[in-house]
Amino acid sequence: MMATTPGTIRIDNQEIPFTPGQTIMDAALAAGVYIPHLCHYPGLTPSGNCRLCIVETGNRSVAACITPAVAGQEIRSNTPELNAARTTITQMLFVEGNHICPSCEKTGNCKLQALAYHLGMLDDHFPQFYQRRELDASHPDILLDRSRCILCDLCVRASREADNKNVFAIAGRGTNAHLTVNSPSGKLADSAIAATDLAATVCPVGAIMIKEQGYQTPIGQRIYDRRTIRETGLQEHIDKKNDD
Amino acid sequence: MTIERDNKRKLKIATASLAGCFGCHMSFLDMDERLAGLLEQVEFDRSPFTDIKRIGSCDIGLIEGGVCNAENVHVLREFRANCAVLVAVGACAINGGVPALRNYFDVKDCLEEAYLTGTGIANPQIPNDRELPLLLDKVYPIGEVVPIDYFLPGCPPSAAAFLQLLEPLLTGQKPAISKSHLHYD
Repeated sequence: MMATTPGTIRIDNQEIPFTPGQTIMDAALAAGVYIPHLCHYPGLTPSGNCRLCIVETGNRSVAACITPAVAGQEIRSNTPELNAARTTITQMLFVEGNHICPSCEKTGNCKLQALAYHLGMLDDHFPQFYQRRELDASHPDILLDRSRCILCDLCVRASREADNKNVFAIAGRGTNAHLTVNSPSGKLADSAIAATDLAATVCPVGAIMIKEQGYQTPIGQRIYDRRTIRETGLQEHIDKKNDD
Repeated sequence: MTIERDNKRKLKIATASLAGCFGCHMSFLDMDERLAGLLEQVEFDRSPFTDIKRIGSCDIGLIEGGVCNAENVHVLREFRANCAVLVAVGACAINGGVPALRNYFDVKDCLEEAYLTGTGIANPQIPNDRELPLLLDKVYPIGEVVPIDYFLPGCPPSAAAFLQLLEPLLTGQKPAISKSHLHYD
């Protein structure tokens, strides 16, 4: 139930204020409390699909990014059990796609990788899928490599909500789920996307990348070589162009 | 898994590079002067550092590289049988790494592209000498072939990360890689 008056919740025994309409994630981030997340980006509508922000309240497990804060909620987040579950989710994301870090331009700037560092993930545990998926190099400035896509749908939301375009969608179900491009040919080159769009830069992994700048910053000096995802995750926010 | 150590005997370490590039071994040597201190506590058994060909009973086995051919399987099983503690060192041992990018293709297509139909090939033929180990259908993480005790990520793991692994093992402790040393690239 959506709260109508300000109140407080407790996350790992820390009292945190919230305002009406805020989710658990909103309140936590505003208070400087990091809850691991991949598919959530403050300012875009949360979708709750990666499940990394799983927290426990009462006897239920919920995704913090889509669960409204309710006065008096007791929430557990940074516990060994939940971090083990988050590590397992991260391992499954790794084996499902092509996440061989040494061969990827995104290494060091990749949120999936940084989250795995945060969780102390040492191996993939599960067998790799090695599933070949369609690569789209048609656009002069933007590369789409679906083999690295984790289906977070941040690009889908960014294109609709921030860029006021509608370039991406997720199609198919289960292991057949994949990112589609809204253009007559299904190729990025024929779509409305531009390299300056949020949808072209919001990708947390190496699925959508701007061309010709892969190694401008050397490995070892990149975002998550210098800072943790916990630090950057507390500072992110998008102001939508179409906000009133 | 930890190591029992009596009367300050030197621990035996064996190392091997399977489907790897020897980068992890080079990074091991990056310990530089710290190697001198290490060698007061350990001696090397089978390893590219010693050129000893057959592994004896060892305390620690360090495996670089994934498993791409029949010989890799043989070596890896020998290491597992002879090492009290077996460590997957580097990206390739842990998840196949760059060699595993061939897993997206059929091994026959890879061989034909490399030796028959690729550009600039003179005298096209697929190598088939009986001395050559047969390729496996895919490049496997070593953990899919034998049980592994510890993982040391990195491409390659830094010399500092090697020390973080070895120093606790030498004193019978379980190693823990600090998050600041945790890298997959």
